[in-house]
Amino acid sequence: MVMSNTQSITPSKLASHNSLSLTKEESNHARREVRRHRMIAFLLVLPLLIFLAFAFVAPIGTMLHRGFYNPVVADLLPDTIQELETWDRKGLPNEALLTRFAIDLKRLAKNRKSGKLAEEINRNMPGTSSVVKSTARKLRSISDADLKANGSNILLKAHKKWNSPEIWLALQKSGKVYVDTNYLTALDLERNYDGDLQVRESAKIYLQLYSKTLRLALIITLSCLILGYPLAYFLANAPAKKSNMLMVFVLLPFWTSLLVRTTSWIALLQTNGVVNSFLMGVGITSEPLDMLYTEFSTIVAMTHILLPFMILPLYSVMKGIDPSYLRAALSMGARPIPAFFQVYLPNTLPGLSAGALLVFIISVGYYITPALVGGTDGQMISNIIAFHMQQSNNWGLAAALGTLLLILILTLYWLYDRFVGASNIKLG
Amino acid sequence: MKTKTLFVGALLASVFSVNAMAAELTAVSFGGAYGAAQKKHMIDPYTAKTGTKILFEDYSGGIAEIKAQVEANNVQWDVVDIEVIDLERACSEGLLEVIPRSILEPGLDGVPAEKDFIPSALANECGVGNIVWTIIYAYNDKTIGSVVPESIGDFFDLAKIPGKRAMRKRAQVNLEWALLADGVAKDKVYEVLATDEGLKRAFAKLDTIKDHIVWFDSWSQVPQLLNDGGAVMAQSANGRIFDAIKKDKKPFTMVWDAHLYDLDVWAVVKGSKKKDLAFDFISFATGTKPLAGMPDVAYGPTRASSAALIDPSVVPDLPTSHLDEGVKADGIFWADYGESLGEKFNEWLLK
Repeated sequence: MVMSNTQSITPSKLASHNSLSLTKEESNHARREVRRHRMIAFLLVLPLLIFLAFAFVAPIGTMLHRGFYNPVVADLLPDTIQELETWDRKGLPNEALLTRFAIDLKRLAKNRKSGKLAEEINRNMPGTSSVVKSTARKLRSISDADLKANGSNILLKAHKKWNSPEIWLALQKSGKVYVDTNYLTALDLERNYDGDLQVRESAKIYLQLYSKTLRLALIITLSCLILGYPLAYFLANAPAKKSNMLMVFVLLPFWTSLLVRTTSWIALLQTNGVVNSFLMGVGITSEPLDMLYTEFSTIVAMTHILLPFMILPLYSVMKGIDPSYLRAALSMGARPIPAFFQVYLPNTLPGLSAGALLVFIISVGYYITPALVGGTDGQMISNIIAFHMQQSNNWGLAAALGTLLLILILTLYWLYDRFVGASNIKLG
Repeated sequence: MKTKTLFVGALLASVFSVNAMAAELTAVSFGGAYGAAQKKHMIDPYTAKTGTKILFEDYSGGIAEIKAQVEANNVQWDVVDIEVIDLERACSEGLLEVIPRSILEPGLDGVPAEKDFIPSALANECGVGNIVWTIIYAYNDKTIGSVVPESIGDFFDLAKIPGKRAMRKRAQVNLEWALLADGVAKDKVYEVLATDEGLKRAFAKLDTIKDHIVWFDSWSQVPQLLNDGGAVMAQSANGRIFDAIKKDKKPFTMVWDAHLYDLDVWAVVKGSKKKDLAFDFISFATGTKPLAGMPDVAYGPTRASSAALIDPSVVPDLPTSHLDEGVKADGIFWADYGESLGEKFNEWLLK
C-alpha cells in the first residue's frame, strides 16, 4: 500500500517540477533520452517477440482459423457450390446442376483432386468417399461431349447414392467456407436436415472427455498438493545443508526424461511388475492387481511427473516467510492448528496458487503419459485430438477441440483471477 | 591471408558437399526388424550399386506427415513405405506421384513385371507392392494353460480361454474380428460392417470380452505383453512375433485363422525434387532379389519370381502361405468409414 501511494504522488510532483525549472531544450533532450532507452529496451526484447510471434501466435492463430475456415470444396467446385445455394433441398437439384457437377468431377478426377472432395463430403456423410471416388473413376473414361449432353443421367447411373437428396445436402454443407460444424461436433451437437441444432446422433464422446479431463486434472492437482505441501514445508525449514541435498532428490527426476519416468511406471505397475510381486510376496493380495492401463496408473504417473511443479513454487514462497510470524502467533496464545491455518497458510497462498495452476493447466493438456499408461480408462481430451490429427486427418475438428480446450483454460484462469486474484501468484 | 581464405573456402565446400552427399535420397519406413531387413536387402545394395546415399528414416504410418509436407510445399521425404489401407486415400488426395509401370524390371526368370507381381501389388497407380504382411494373434505356450486357441472364435471365448487379451486400440481389425468370431462369412465382413446392425453386432461381440482386453498403441508393445503375462493372447503384426520366436527364442505360437492381411507399397511423395531418382530406387527395391529378402522378417514377397530364392524353412510362416485362411483388409472401406467408426470406437471404449 505504501509503495503505491508514493508512486501515485511522484509523477504529479515531477510534472510541476518540470514545468518550472526545465528549459524547452532540456525537456526535449530528456524526452529523446527516454525514447532512446525505450528503443533499446524494445530492441532487447525484439528477439523474444519475434520468437513468440513465430512459435506461438502464428501457429495458434492458424489453428483457431482452421477450426471454422474450410475453403477446400468451394475452391474445387466454385460454380457448382454457388448454384447449389439456390437448391431448395426438396428432391434432387436440377438437371443442369447435375451435369455441371459431373463435368467438374471429371476435371477433378483428371487433376487427381477428387480424393480431396471425397474426404470432405465423407466427413458430412460417412460412406460417401467411395461413392465420389468410384464415380470419378467412371467419369474419366467418358468424353466431354457425352458429359455435356447427358451428364446428369450418367452421374445418376454411376452410383445409386446420387439419387438421394442427403448426398447433395452433404455437398452443400461441405461447400460452406465458414463453418460451425467442427465446433458443434466438439460439443456433441449437429444440425439436422432442416438446419436446427440437436444432440449428435452418432458418437457422443467429446463432452464426456472434457469433463473426464477436468476431473483427472483436479485429482492430480489435489494429489500433488497433498504430497507436495508438507514436503515443501519440510525443505523450507530444514537446515540449509540438509535441504539442499534433499532438493536434489526433487530436481533429479525433474531433469530426467519424461519418457523414462513414464516407462518406469510401466515396469512398476504391470501385471507381474515390482508392485504386484511385492504385494503378493508379502501376502496382501493373492492375485496380481490390474493397475497398469487404468485411470489409476494415469493419476499416479502424472502426479509423480508434475510434483516438482508444485513443490518448487511452494518452497520458494515458504523460504521467504519469516518464521517469527508463526512464533508470534503461538506466543500470543494461538493453538498450533488455528495458527497454521490463520497465519502460515495465507502466507503460502501465492506459491500454492502458482503450483496448483501450473499442475492443473499442464495436466489438462497432457498427452504422452495417458497415451502410454492410460489404457482405455485413462484417456484424456489430448488423446482424441491426436487421433484426429494423425489418424482421421480431420484437422478442422482437432483445431476446434484444441480451441475449446484453450477457451476452457482461459475461463478457469479468469474465474481464478476473479475470486483469488492473479496478482497473488508467485513462482519464486 | 590468402591461404587462410582458401582453407576456409575449402572447408566450407567440403562441409556443403558432405551434406549434399549425405542425403541424395530420403526413404522412410517403419523401422524395427522390418526396417533392418529393408536396409540390408534394398537400401545398402542400392547404394553399393549406384553410389547414391540414402537417408533411411522411421515413421509410424498414417498420412498426416505426408499431408503436412505436401500442403506446406516443403517435401522432405522422397520415398515412403506406406500401408495400402492409407495408400488409397493418399493417392486420391494427390499426396503421391503416379508411378509409371514402365520403370518396373522383369523378374529374374524373365517374366514381365505386370505378370510377375501379384495383382494387388500394382492395384493402385501410386504404389508398387513391397510386402504382404498380416495381423494374426499369438499366445504364450507357458501361460496359456492346457487348452490352446485355434480359431478366431476362441479369441472371443472366455470360457475356453480365460485371461487377458491384448488388442490394438483402433477400430481397424477389432471390428472385423468381432464379426468373424460371431459367424459372419469372410467375404461378407465389410458388407455387414457397413450397416448399422452389423456395427451393433460387432460391438456386442466386443462387449463380451471388453473387461478382459488390454489395449496397446504400438506393435512393439506386444512381445513384452505376452512375455510378462500381461496378456495370454495378443493381436500382432506377424513379423514381430516371428522375430520374437526366431531371434529371442520366445515360446510364442501364432494362430492363422481369420488373419487380416494387407500390403505395404513403396510410394513417392508428390512434389519430391528427386522424383526420377526415387523411381529408380523403387525399380531396384522391387526387383526379384531385394523382395526375396523380406521373408527375413516373415513378410511375403509380392513377386512370384522371388519364391525361388526364399529359404524353404521360412515359407510356412509367410502370410502368402496362409491366404486361404485370411481376409484381405479393405482399404476402400476404411477410407469411407475410418473416421466415423474411429469416433464410435472411442465412444464404445469410454462406456
